[in-house]
Amino acid sequence: MDFLRRYLASPPAVIGLVLLALVLAMAASADLLFPRDPLGLAGRPLQWPLANPRFWLGTDNMGRDIAAQVFHGARISLLIALVSTALAIVIGVVVGAVAGFYGGIVDDVLMRVTEAFQILPNFLLLLVLVAVFGSTLTTVTIAIGIVSWPASARLTRAEFLSLRNRDFVAACRGLGMGDARLIFAEILPNALPPVIVYAGVIMAVAILLESALAFLSLSDPNVPSWGNLIGAGRSVLRTQWYVSAIPGVAILVTVLAVSLVGQGLNDALNPRLRRR
Amino acid sequence: MRILGLALRRLAASLPTLLIILVGLFLLLQLAPGDTVDALVAQIGGGDPAMIDELRRFYGLDASAAVQLGNYLWRLVRLDLGFSAIYGKPVATVIIERLPATLLLMSSSLALAFAAGMALGIVAAQRVNRWPDTLISTLGLIFYATPSFWFGLMGIVIFSIHLGWLPPGGFEEIGAGHAGLRRAVDIFWHLLLPTLTLALIFLATYLRIMRAAMLEVMTLDFVRTARAKGLAPTAITVRHVMRNALLPMITLVGLQAGTILGGSVVVESVFALPGLGRLAYESVVQRDLNTLLGIVFVSAVLVIVVNFLVDLAYARLDPRVGAG
Amino acid sequence: MSALTLDGLTVALPAGADRPFALADVTFELQPGEIFCVVGESGSGKSMTAGAILGLLPPGVARTAGRVLLDGEEISGLDEAGLRPIRGARIGMIFQEPMTALNPLRTIGDQIGEMFRTHTRLRDREISARVEALLADVHLPDPAGAARAYPHELSGGQRQRAMIAMALALEPRVLIADEPTTALDVTSQAQILHLIRELQRRRGTAVLFITHDFGVVAEIADRVAVMSQGRIVEQGTADDVLNRPQHAYTRGLIAAVPSLTPPARPEIAAAPILVAEGVTKTYRSGGLMRRRTTAALRDVTLSLPRGGTLGIVGESGSGKSTLARCIVRLLDYDAGRIRLDDVDLAVAGRPAARRIQMVFQDPFGSLNPRRRAGDLVAQGPRLHGVPADQAQARARDLFRLVGLDPAAIDRYPHEFSGGQRQRIALARALALEPEVLVADEPVSALDVSVQAQVLALLADLRARLGLSLLFITHDLRVAAQICDRIAVMKDGEVVEEGPAATLFAHPAHPYTRSLLDAVPGRHWIPPANPSEGEP
Repeated sequence: MDFLRRYLASPPAVIGLVLLALVLAMAASADLLFPRDPLGLAGRPLQWPLANPRFWLGTDNMGRDIAAQVFHGARISLLIALVSTALAIVIGVVVGAVAGFYGGIVDDVLMRVTEAFQILPNFLLLLVLVAVFGSTLTTVTIAIGIVSWPASARLTRAEFLSLRNRDFVAACRGLGMGDARLIFAEILPNALPPVIVYAGVIMAVAILLESALAFLSLSDPNVPSWGNLIGAGRSVLRTQWYVSAIPGVAILVTVLAVSLVGQGLNDALNPRLRRR
Repeated sequence: MRILGLALRRLAASLPTLLIILVGLFLLLQLAPGDTVDALVAQIGGGDPAMIDELRRFYGLDASAAVQLGNYLWRLVRLDLGFSAIYGKPVATVIIERLPATLLLMSSSLALAFAAGMALGIVAAQRVNRWPDTLISTLGLIFYATPSFWFGLMGIVIFSIHLGWLPPGGFEEIGAGHAGLRRAVDIFWHLLLPTLTLALIFLATYLRIMRAAMLEVMTLDFVRTARAKGLAPTAITVRHVMRNALLPMITLVGLQAGTILGGSVVVESVFALPGLGRLAYESVVQRDLNTLLGIVFVSAVLVIVVNFLVDLAYARLDPRVGAG
Repeated sequence: MSALTLDGLTVALPAGADRPFALADVTFELQPGEIFCVVGESGSGKSMTAGAILGLLPPGVARTAGRVLLDGEEISGLDEAGLRPIRGARIGMIFQEPMTALNPLRTIGDQIGEMFRTHTRLRDREISARVEALLADVHLPDPAGAARAYPHELSGGQRQRAMIAMALALEPRVLIADEPTTALDVTSQAQILHLIRELQRRRGTAVLFITHDFGVVAEIADRVAVMSQGRIVEQGTADDVLNRPQHAYTRGLIAAVPSLTPPARPEIAAAPILVAEGVTKTYRSGGLMRRRTTAALRDVTLSLPRGGTLGIVGESGSGKSTLARCIVRLLDYDAGRIRLDDVDLAVAGRPAARRIQMVFQDPFGSLNPRRRAGDLVAQGPRLHGVPADQAQARARDLFRLVGLDPAAIDRYPHEFSGGQRQRIALARALALEPEVLVADEPVSALDVSVQAQVLALLADLRARLGLSLLFITHDLRVAAQICDRIAVMKDGEVVEEGPAATLFAHPAHPYTRSLLDAVPGRHWIPPANPSEGEP
């Protein structure tokens, strides 16, 4: 209750929540408002927004309804972002927890692997994965998750390194508690909040990564995606710039919403840092 | 000496990491459908099985995976990145041709993001929770949330198409035959928009870290000591807060080196710059995996080098490093 | 004329704090050439007093009434710009943590020189000469080297010397010392107190000394003010306040200070329950190339008599906590044996381990903040197969045993005070019905009055449950009161061991003597509480 009150007291956090609700509403209502295939031919190509009441955001260079693509794109964006973020968090937490708890050789090996992923530019690695495994919705989602986990692993490890030396852990050991229980029942609940908050950052980056991939037409071509639409609009940028501009705003709003909510959660969880 | 030794030790520690990367990439390559020979054969429009086998032997692709891995690593040690079937020359040559544009783009946008992020972060921290802070933080957040390619495209729409101030793409005016200073100026104009595009995303991160670090350091005990000594606010900020707040900024440069390289893939594609990033994109589209892996290897080495420099800078700034 | 006068100083706390005023009507006069101690428990407002004088209050806290006068001139109305020429130049300040109070990235000489660069127009060469002279004044062995050193290259005591040199650089009229020795070991503390005394005598500085430790007061104070809840409850000469306290609160506090003379107690002749033989432990650190080893324990041999209390006394780095952790099997030792009765603990499994339980120093860190107090206590029995409802019932009994309300078992640790948390930790350790309790600095983080209550509880439990107690502490006063036998440790070795009374009366080893000599206020014997009954 206290947490909710603190969250709602921050205007940026509330704005983020409203924007996020808006994007979610778009995703939820896509089928209702635009039941037809958003990638199918809808009308005359390159109609400006508001020029035709049927296409209030206009049509693109292939005669597809931009509004339909933006609404359906919200689903794809959120779906990819949510699943890949969850994947990144799970991998990161397990790796970070084991490395931080056991230390020594285990930590060394796991951190070398984490470092390897951090040294590779994540977008390049994404390109390699897509080049090797193809670009379906599933592979793209998994690939984004795979390039995004190292930060959460480092964060979890840092938390574990500081928590494992706390006296309450020593006390539980003294009572005769086993490692698995120590890691998951005693330490993890204390280590998780900063990682959960960081999920906001991972999710924002995941949306941006997917849209960049789609912009380069390396994402799944069979689903409506904001990045795809921006890429398609490039060829008519000189005259019909709105084709690229409109989906960009959708990405901006979504990433902004996710970031603001993440920051709001962080501030509400750490009231001490609030005034900063 | 102490600093160099320390940084060299860190550098040596990243060798196993590099090995992990290489082995990982090699295994990925094994998983990929089709190999160099398939690409070559596709390029020349098919061939008979005997010739394909001959080619496989020639490229050492008939050996076991372990032997191939050994050969691959040994070739890398000799800086032989293989042959690009698409470009018809060694991958190393292709990469070296494309490297300058990327290095220039990377370093200029990194410098811009770091300097502007630092300056804005300081201003925001000094006016914390007042309108300059709110404005700077909001703008930072919006830049952060903007996809770089969209930023680039909109920049082209405004500054090239509508205003006609800046060229819409390319590294320099081809065929203009500029040399010396005029060429440098020409390249500057061409790189202005791409640099801004790439820098703006990272600017937000640097700005946020600098602001947070300044505010964090301001609460530390030695700042209270400085106040008790009778120092004026400016002296406290300059002499005590800033240098301490720079430490996380320096760390961030190392952490973000890879991200900036990744970002240049998109930006170079938007602005048609002949750099490493666009080469990576082209090799994905053309399924030129040899070149792609070469790029990844070079990028990893580049990131390691940046981190080496970061370690040097950090150790210079912080006397505690290496003191145990 | 007094050097510094506080006249009815009142400082308001922000809304929502536990009391409206941090300081209420604080009045005292600090005379030139005297050391005036402000003593109080945590939250008494003593540090706030120090901050209020120079306008160094935390955000949201502000002076609402009263005046501060320096040499008869009011400084409480001045703004930041007006206070700056006074800070450092006319009033110097030293703080508790010498590590964090110095900028880690700049040399000691640079930071002391900053005093001159800020307040004087001296040239660089003169400044560095002055800095070295100052560092020599505070008895740093190599002044030129110390000036070039970074804070992390000095020890805690040396850093505090450098802080003192800095605070006294401009020969201020007043020195405010805010718990300057609390973070230091007892021998460094004695040296720093001596240094402050010496410099103050030589220069005639008026010193406002903030502390929580009555021993330190007895050691150094000319006059004393006792603070509680933001008010001064009593002030007077050190002799009057320490030996003839008037106010009930002061009397209670002084009664809680453990005496350095051990009470007479019968020699324990029982056979040992716990024996450590030749225990050795070496820490290895660093990577492959630069391996460093630190001997934490060297050939430690000790025995704990059944039903007795063995104190292990030493300064930081002596290995006393490492020994405790080896005994409860939180750490593995390299050589030697630890036996409980005749069971070798390194070989025995969980059934033997539950016979030894541990209580930790920090009552905030030793309880998982996400579990209810009752669950924390019930956790041990649950792990050893006791059904949930029985374990909860047991937790309730244990709460009663350690003097907590059994209704509080559903609360979380942060809802308890420090002393109450230590009681929860005790209940948790007792839940497994151990025979040996290892207590690692169990009262060091507590205020003196709470400390006395927890010590009394420990003594009571030991007698009632027939426990044997291994008591680790750095505080010789506490050791004198609770231990039957005492072992003194230094650099991983036991240098002396014997009955408490003998050890205090006739210390054999020079290190033991130096430790005893360093105890602040060792010549002061706290008067027995004149009021009847417990405070």
